[in-house]
Amino acid sequence: MEYEAVIGLEVHTELKTNSKAFCGCTTAFGGEPNTHVCPVCLGLPGVLPVINRRVVEFGLKTALALNCQVEPFCKFDRKNYYYPDLPKNYQISQYDLPLARKGYLTITVDGQERVIGITRVHMEEDAGKLIHVDGPDGGYSLVDYNRTGVPLLEIVSEPDLRTPAEARAYMEKLKTILQYLDVSDCKMEEGSLRCDANVSVRPRGSQVLGTKTEVKNMNSFRALQRALEYEIERQIAVLEGGGQVQQATMAWDEARGVTYIMRTKEEAQDYRYFPEPDLVPLEIDGDWIEQVRAGLPELPDARCHRLINDYGLPAYDAGVITSSRALADYFDRVVSLYPDAKVVSNWIMGDFLRLLNAAGLEPGSSPVPPEEMAALLQLQKEGTISGKIAKQVLEEMFATGKGARLVVEEKGLVQISDAGALARIVEEVLAANPGVVEDYRNGKDKALGFLVGQVMKATKGKANPGLVNQLLKERL
Amino acid sequence: MDLHYLTAHELGGLLQHREVSAVEATEALIDRIEALDGRVQAYLTRTAEQALEQARAVDAARARGEEPGPLAGVPMALKDNLCTEGVRTTCASRILGDWVPPYDAAVVRRLKAAGAVILGKLNMDEFAMGSSTENSGFFPTRNPWDLERVPGGSSGGSVAAVAAGEAVYALGSDTGGSIRQPASFCGVVGLKPTYGRVSRYGLVAFASSLDQIGPITRDVTDCALVLGAIAGHDPFDSTAADLPVPDYRAALKPGIKGLKVGVPREYFGAGMEPEVEAVIRRAIAKLEELGAICEETSLPHTEYALPAYYLVAPAEASSNLARYDGVGFGLRVPGRDIIEMYMNTRSQGFGPEVKRRIMLGTYALSSGYYDAYYLKALQVRTLIRRDFETAFTKYDLLATPTSPTVAFRLGERAGDPLAMYLSDLCTIPINMAGLPALSLPCGFSQGLPVGLQLIGKAFDEVTLLQAAYTFEQSTTYHRRRPELGVA
Amino acid sequence: MPITTAEVEHVALLARLKLSPGEKAAYTEQLNAILEYMDKLNALDTRDVEPTAHVLPLHNVFRDDVARPGLPRDRALAGAPEASEGQFKVPRVV
Ligand SMILES: [Zn+2]
Repeated sequence: MEYEAVIGLEVHTELKTNSKAFCGCTTAFGGEPNTHVCPVCLGLPGVLPVINRRVVEFGLKTALALNCQVEPFCKFDRKNYYYPDLPKNYQISQYDLPLARKGYLTITVDGQERVIGITRVHMEEDAGKLIHVDGPDGGYSLVDYNRTGVPLLEIVSEPDLRTPAEARAYMEKLKTILQYLDVSDCKMEEGSLRCDANVSVRPRGSQVLGTKTEVKNMNSFRALQRALEYEIERQIAVLEGGGQVQQATMAWDEARGVTYIMRTKEEAQDYRYFPEPDLVPLEIDGDWIEQVRAGLPELPDARCHRLINDYGLPAYDAGVITSSRALADYFDRVVSLYPDAKVVSNWIMGDFLRLLNAAGLEPGSSPVPPEEMAALLQLQKEGTISGKIAKQVLEEMFATGKGARLVVEEKGLVQISDAGALARIVEEVLAANPGVVEDYRNGKDKALGFLVGQVMKATKGKANPGLVNQLLKERL
Repeated sequence: MDLHYLTAHELGGLLQHREVSAVEATEALIDRIEALDGRVQAYLTRTAEQALEQARAVDAARARGEEPGPLAGVPMALKDNLCTEGVRTTCASRILGDWVPPYDAAVVRRLKAAGAVILGKLNMDEFAMGSSTENSGFFPTRNPWDLERVPGGSSGGSVAAVAAGEAVYALGSDTGGSIRQPASFCGVVGLKPTYGRVSRYGLVAFASSLDQIGPITRDVTDCALVLGAIAGHDPFDSTAADLPVPDYRAALKPGIKGLKVGVPREYFGAGMEPEVEAVIRRAIAKLEELGAICEETSLPHTEYALPAYYLVAPAEASSNLARYDGVGFGLRVPGRDIIEMYMNTRSQGFGPEVKRRIMLGTYALSSGYYDAYYLKALQVRTLIRRDFETAFTKYDLLATPTSPTVAFRLGERAGDPLAMYLSDLCTIPINMAGLPALSLPCGFSQGLPVGLQLIGKAFDEVTLLQAAYTFEQSTTYHRRRPELGVA
Repeated sequence: MPITTAEVEHVALLARLKLSPGEKAAYTEQLNAILEYMDKLNALDTRDVEPTAHVLPLHNVFRDDVARPGLPRDRALAGAPEASEGQFKVPRVV
């Protein structure tokens, strides 16, 4: 039988506010354990939370970018459960009245566009960090509350995803949007972007949902895809073997490449949600929504279409360039200085990204600023350097951080376009290769290429190739 | 001169005129506590050294020619659920052990800024859950009017200290009557302000949507003075309303001519002691005599307030008290793993009433029962609020007994939780509606004080205080002192 | 809706309370008495009544996004029953 998977993702993203959601502690990463804490986030007796306005603003930006309906009235609730990374033993979250609902985003997989529904977006607080230390009597655990109270958005998708590749594409698209909005660092490895997946399988064509499992602990896009591939295969194998999928929470073991059961349904929690009495409700009116909407940046889809429509870039190129706001910003800046978008795109898609990836850098931290990239293209266009030399210059610029003109001058790479100077070299080459000259005259056109190459070699690639061709033909 | 029985405004006047120093006043109170508290048992923690230091600072300021205000140098004390930086705060619970908060409650900050001299921390029912102070995890407090009787609760230590002259005034907290009922039992003035009038930051939470801090004083003028010092917006409490705070003391002008007072008949139901009812009726007649227009009215959902309260308050408490788990502060009783450690700690740290309410609240919130219990209680809360809204379209104030009985004997109700809950019948509806209410001495029954409860419109403490002041000015109940066998 | 001993045990686990057999029996009886009293509420028709979670007509109370210094670590850990390496120490979490 052929099966299809039904996947929904629950994504948590840490918002990059200056201070925590409900107290004034910094959200800065790193820091010695328990140095970014105060009575409020330590959950000491008597403390009260006060919501950080920017958390709501970031939530609204995200909700609008995901095409959600913002609820005119929402409130916070307490989610009650005991765990030592949660000092109050309840998490302030949103339950029945979240910030926003009913949105969507579009993904493209294998050239096919799909619309994935977003069920809800809500605000909550992060928990602390536990370190387990082995030792006698089962060892012990250490708790660091620096991350406790850092604001999170939870973004829940509809079960609209059908393949691990789609799930990955959804996650990548979501990351891109969050980065465009500048609301989160989105570093999966550091935990500022996290994702749990609800997965079930069913015979292809069936409308009935199978029993689902929840998969956790996937710390990279690759892990997400691998874990889902494994879990789907596992569920199919269970069904094929005549068994039934057990409802459970699974964890992904990256090292072993398997999922394993963390807890079963019988152990499911009773969170006893109720309205958080220490926080007053939020009323979000149309004016506020419009104000946030007006402040939204151009989003990836719109930007991609602009690159296709205004510059005639291929859809693939536009997609790559707009997959990162920093890269798209880089592109726009270069084009504003050197208005040949196709040339800019070719360079960015080619050597620029290659060098960036090799150095493990983000576009925003490129050692070659867009102004210098434009200057390099300008040098090539003016004929000061050849295309081949331009590639060398770019590498040097990357390595040293020096400007295009400076590299060209320092390395003496200015193209030789002086017909007099080149004519002398052409004479020398012809004199040194009488046999090849003979071949050419006997109709072997290829011989010309060899002679051009010899001239280029003699000039260390600096000769203007067009001029060399012209001079050779004249002399022969 | 008996410094310990002066009111804050009287003592404040002497201090401002340099007739008494803050150190003298503080020493007088410390002596009084020394002499009496072995029998009254109002204090859990005494901070005599710190108090004298604060007193010296006030005296020094006055010596420099500064005038730090009417409460500066006046010795007072705090219910032990108000966090005090550097001074242990127990909530009368073993589970907090000797926990020392690293911060001051907002009201403590304000009082310190006003130059208050803090004598110590006062006994209470554990986590403010109780009506007699017998639920203290340490020892019960006695009623200064009859040491064999309870002072009421949960702010029993606060009212007993004020009634016995062991503090000029005190702060208490009131979730279902915990300021007013004991104030009534001990013959002092106790005000529960409007929910949102006073910041709760630093008040160890019992039921967050009901808790409110208020003054316990020996007369209405002090009540106004202290309320003015602690009221107002606080950026650390989302529910502390950003409204102007009137000058309550300046607003105290006798005269209630034409004031419309409703007397809800549901507050005079079964279980009321006839002699208490007679005292209350006479007090209402006195209000009429003073020019108020009193009229019987009805708050039809009153009988539902108590059951609804005993769902809402324990539900919130079950969550608020989850943090006492042996991880970050307070008591830890070891266990093989974390769950056992949690369970050992909480079982040994909490007293029986606290556990009972945690159980009740957890049950009310648990899956399958939320709608039947918790949600239902919130809906009933709406009906109770509407009763008051309707009444306040006709009346400026409501007048009721604070408690259906006078102070009962120690141990009398200890075995029957429901009977104990019933002693808050007259005070609970006001918390459910978030309204301001005060209890003031209005007579005696069996030689024990009886309190009249006045209930006002939201954020209209001024009318409440004015009516209470007018009543007080024409009576002498507030001047009577218990016989304690010491000078 | 009488509450059974099994339910009392479940609720005690949710609330992380260890109850002795005597406490279990006592709480079962007392909770039943209290809940019976609560049933009074069922006499009221509340179908169209909005719940009151907050008595105050307040909304949108915010804090500005300004980071402020918190507690020094030694003070943060001062009340901890057990601490190690600047962290709160607890029995192993299973
Ligand atoms: Zn904090």
